[in-house]
Amino acid sequence: MVSSLDKKLGRDLWRIKGQATAIAVVIALGVLMLVMMDGLVNSLEATRTAYYERYRLADIFAPVKRAPDHVIKEIAEIDGVNVAEGRIFGGALIDLDDEPAPIRAQVASLPDYHEARLNDIYLTQGRALDPTRKDEIILLKAFADARDLGPGDQLSATMNGARRTFDIVGLAQSPEFLYAVAPGEIVPDDRSFAVFWMSREALGAAFDLDGAFNEALVQIGRNGDILSVIDQVDRLLEPYGGVGAYGLEDQLSNRFVSEEISGLRISARTVPSVFLFVAAFLLYIVISRIVQSEREQIGLLKAFGYSGAEVSLHYFKFTLVIAVAGAALGCIFGVLSGRGMVELYLIYYKFPFLVFSVDPTAFAVGLAVSIFSATIGGILVLRQVFALTPAVAMRPPAPADFSKSIAFSDAFKRFLDQPSRMVLRRFIRQPWRAAVATIGIGAGMALSISMLTVLASFDEIVDINFSVINRGDVTVSFIEPLADKTLFELKRIPGVSEVEPFRSVPAILRHGRQKHRGGLSGLIVEPRLNRAMATDRSQIMMRGDGIILAKALSDKLGIEPGDMLTVEVRNGRRPVLELPVASIAETLIGAPAYIELGALNRAMKEPYRVSGAYLRIDSSKRDSIYKAIKNMPAVAGVSRKEAEREALVKVMNEGAGGMRFVMAAIAGVITFGIVYNSARIAFAERERDLASLRVIGFTRGEASFVLLGEIAIISLLALPVGIFLGQFLAIAISAGFSTELYQIPVYYSRTSYATAALAVLAAACVSGWLVSRDVDKLSLVECLKSRE
Amino acid sequence: MTPPPSIRHAFRSEGVTKVYGSGPAAVHALRGVDLEVPQGEIVVVLGPSGSGKSTMLNILGGIDRVTDGKVWFLDEELTAMNDAALTQYRRRHVGFVFQFYNLMPSLTARENVELVTEIADNPMDAGEALELVGLTDRADHFPAQLSGGEQQRVAIARAIAKQPEVLFCDEPTGALDSHTGRAVLRVLKGVNEKLGATVMIITHAAATAQMADRVIKFADGQIRDNIVNTSKVLPENIEW
Ligand SMILES: Nc1ncnc2c1ncn2[C@@H]1O[C@H](COP(=O)(O)OP(=O)(O)OP(=O)(O)O)[C@@H](O)[C@H]1O
Ligand SMILES: [Mg+2]
Repeated sequence: MVSSLDKKLGRDLWRIKGQATAIAVVIALGVLMLVMMDGLVNSLEATRTAYYERYRLADIFAPVKRAPDHVIKEIAEIDGVNVAEGRIFGGALIDLDDEPAPIRAQVASLPDYHEARLNDIYLTQGRALDPTRKDEIILLKAFADARDLGPGDQLSATMNGARRTFDIVGLAQSPEFLYAVAPGEIVPDDRSFAVFWMSREALGAAFDLDGAFNEALVQIGRNGDILSVIDQVDRLLEPYGGVGAYGLEDQLSNRFVSEEISGLRISARTVPSVFLFVAAFLLYIVISRIVQSEREQIGLLKAFGYSGAEVSLHYFKFTLVIAVAGAALGCIFGVLSGRGMVELYLIYYKFPFLVFSVDPTAFAVGLAVSIFSATIGGILVLRQVFALTPAVAMRPPAPADFSKSIAFSDAFKRFLDQPSRMVLRRFIRQPWRAAVATIGIGAGMALSISMLTVLASFDEIVDINFSVINRGDVTVSFIEPLADKTLFELKRIPGVSEVEPFRSVPAILRHGRQKHRGGLSGLIVEPRLNRAMATDRSQIMMRGDGIILAKALSDKLGIEPGDMLTVEVRNGRRPVLELPVASIAETLIGAPAYIELGALNRAMKEPYRVSGAYLRIDSSKRDSIYKAIKNMPAVAGVSRKEAEREALVKVMNEGAGGMRFVMAAIAGVITFGIVYNSARIAFAERERDLASLRVIGFTRGEASFVLLGEIAIISLLALPVGIFLGQFLAIAISAGFSTELYQIPVYYSRTSYATAALAVLAAACVSGWLVSRDVDKLSLVECLKSRE
Repeated sequence: MTPPPSIRHAFRSEGVTKVYGSGPAAVHALRGVDLEVPQGEIVVVLGPSGSGKSTMLNILGGIDRVTDGKVWFLDEELTAMNDAALTQYRRRHVGFVFQFYNLMPSLTARENVELVTEIADNPMDAGEALELVGLTDRADHFPAQLSGGEQQRVAIARAIAKQPEVLFCDEPTGALDSHTGRAVLRVLKGVNEKLGATVMIITHAAATAQMADRVIKFADGQIRDNIVNTSKVLPENIEW
């Protein structure tokens, strides 16, 4: 049989169903964020591991100029090595009829008479290569889809200076190209980067590598020590022009995926906690108010001989229903939206499968936080009520003490009518209640502000990167560093108005125990097309031998201007340089290290070399310019800034970055939920006053005014609180979103603040309207009768 | 102090004072009350508004605490009890009819009664209690759907349904017409006779005193008179 107390529970919950729903939704959103983000991290990580294992992605990649096949056997015999395989890996340019600019590609060999022992591919369509046919290729599925190519189509590509036409026999995905991005770019653009696979023999012929390989792939055994294996591989390959083996963690695609996962993990720790905290705070306020309003009934139960534990259990169940319902909703929708997010991730992270799965701890944490925050409010109030004798608790709360409140002067009285004075008195008499409500709404607003700020900052970094830092239209990169005379060839192309050379060399940067695998960018003394900017947006000139480090990089290496940086160059003579850090640049995308071009060449002992150039072009002559560049044999690739920008904006808006819109929407809903709940509380606490006012002849409008005035003042007071808290939340959230690939600075924009303020005011108006409808519906008789 | 062996006292108090608030705003609700209530009596408490009647009853009922002084229920000292012991005292022994009815708005009349019978040792059926106060046909109404008098009768049904050893009624007939009022008093008398319960009734209707074993008059926080009534009248014969 249902006990009377449980019947009371059911009916009380039903009575406040609107508010209970609003609270449950807010808590659900907090939990949703947690479950969704935690699940994403979990899923990406688990799927990546499974994918790598199934297709045997190598642990070590060792590029070399040309090593005879027998060397691979020696590598395989190194202690700790499980499997080693040599392959041919190189660059290519794809020429499509409907695309004026050449398309960058990478090509890898597959073993001819056995399946790949390492770095296998997942054939999605078509068939495997026929080793007896030299002109067959398997093409990366993403590129094929973007360009509408498939088995049976032909493709012409230039490799090692020779142009050939190939038959596409299959399409494939590969764990090596999970994030298929062209070297030097950060956002994958399926249309302008391709990968294809060829028979080992055919590719060997194309690159003059018969009986030799130019990349060793190594899989480490269970107990192998990766660093010592890398050392030994380097030693073995040294005589053949080894460029330095590197581990999977430095593999391009994997590095992006790792960055994304670790960035996401940081976000998953910070952002949902912030949301959950705000939701928990709301839950605390509302539940404590609800229990407060039950004071007389608590006293009555105590008077009947119900023990403190029994009464507490009753209210615990009450909050438990709301908290558990909210948390359960949050878990369900967290999983659903997680599944949705997975779809977004699949656009950029080419998993053949990605199953969204949540670690049960995320559910447990969500549930625990909800229950805890709901219960704590109730417990604190119950303790207060239990401190009273039942006789006192049962009486309606004593009329508030007037003696402490200031008396209104006569002049003031003339100025304020009675309803306004009622509104004002409430604030003077119960400043704590007003303060808590104000902070609650302020916290909601702060959440919106921080999300809007982060949204604005995303746009800002795109803008700064592509119009302040990087002002060229096209970047041309050469296969190998060339003499700077080549620049004249570029300058001669009609329509090219500016040419700015650069040199980039791969390098490992070290400072103390920290290291970063990246490169040095040599820029001219006073760059115009690719510039380093200081935090105050002034341009940093390239001077002397000093290095200019990106902020993210200097943080990572723990280095400051004046310190010496060790640079282990990974090509050419492979010098190890000690260079001073001259200054720190604010770069928002990537983590470059700049140095003056001449200084770099001197250090490399290769004067007058450039590895590419930034161009500014006349856009009406674009096609003919691309055609001219296509015909230059030394060109390894061309990237268009517009395409890069579009790709970046796309990834930020539609891809993984799309999450921030979901978050912003959730922040908005939470803000509304808080305002609405505050209004509901104000109404509940005033219900009887309002009915009394109506009874003694006040109009609906006047009675509503007392209520709405209070809501209006609290909302207005909350604005400065929200602005204040918003600054801190914005810092926390943007730090949560920043990764090594892009840093989200906090750009406080007036629009964000104004939008959040308007949202709070709009929420206040809507909430006010909703509760004032209840003032109209107020049943005077029932209301006055309900207690006495 | 041991009570004389012949009479067993349900309640005894010594120098009970109760002060609400402090400083200049302090209200002295009780100023030294010494009281003895023999077990099984019907006691009617009279006195002007604000004289401390409800306060005293609340203290005897274990829902309020004294500022000073001592109170015994049988051989147990209420004033020495902690919260848990007081809760047990109320739960086992006490029935209450409050001056302001204090019904749970979200429970029906029957459920309000059941709220108490569920935790009582020897309750009567909730329907039976409601029948005794003439509310059988209103059992499934919520407080807001009941008249003031009907709410008051639900409160009485709730108190007697528990079959308590002591029954405190704070103005149980205040909102009732004379006919219904008499009926309610008859029910209270029934509880007293059937269970031997000690019944204390606060009232402003001095005529009620006619049915009492004892009449206690409060004035200004003190007992002014404590009279044993020798000419008891049955409730149905009370002249209003
Ligand atoms: N919680 C309280 N805080 C302050 N003063 C109180 C409180 N409860 C009662 N009083 C004061 O104590 C005095 C005695 O109150 P009590 O309720 O006992 O009077 P009463 O005799 O029952 O009056 P009535 O016949 O009007 O019910 C009154 O002056 C009252 O104002
Ligand atoms: Mg009273």
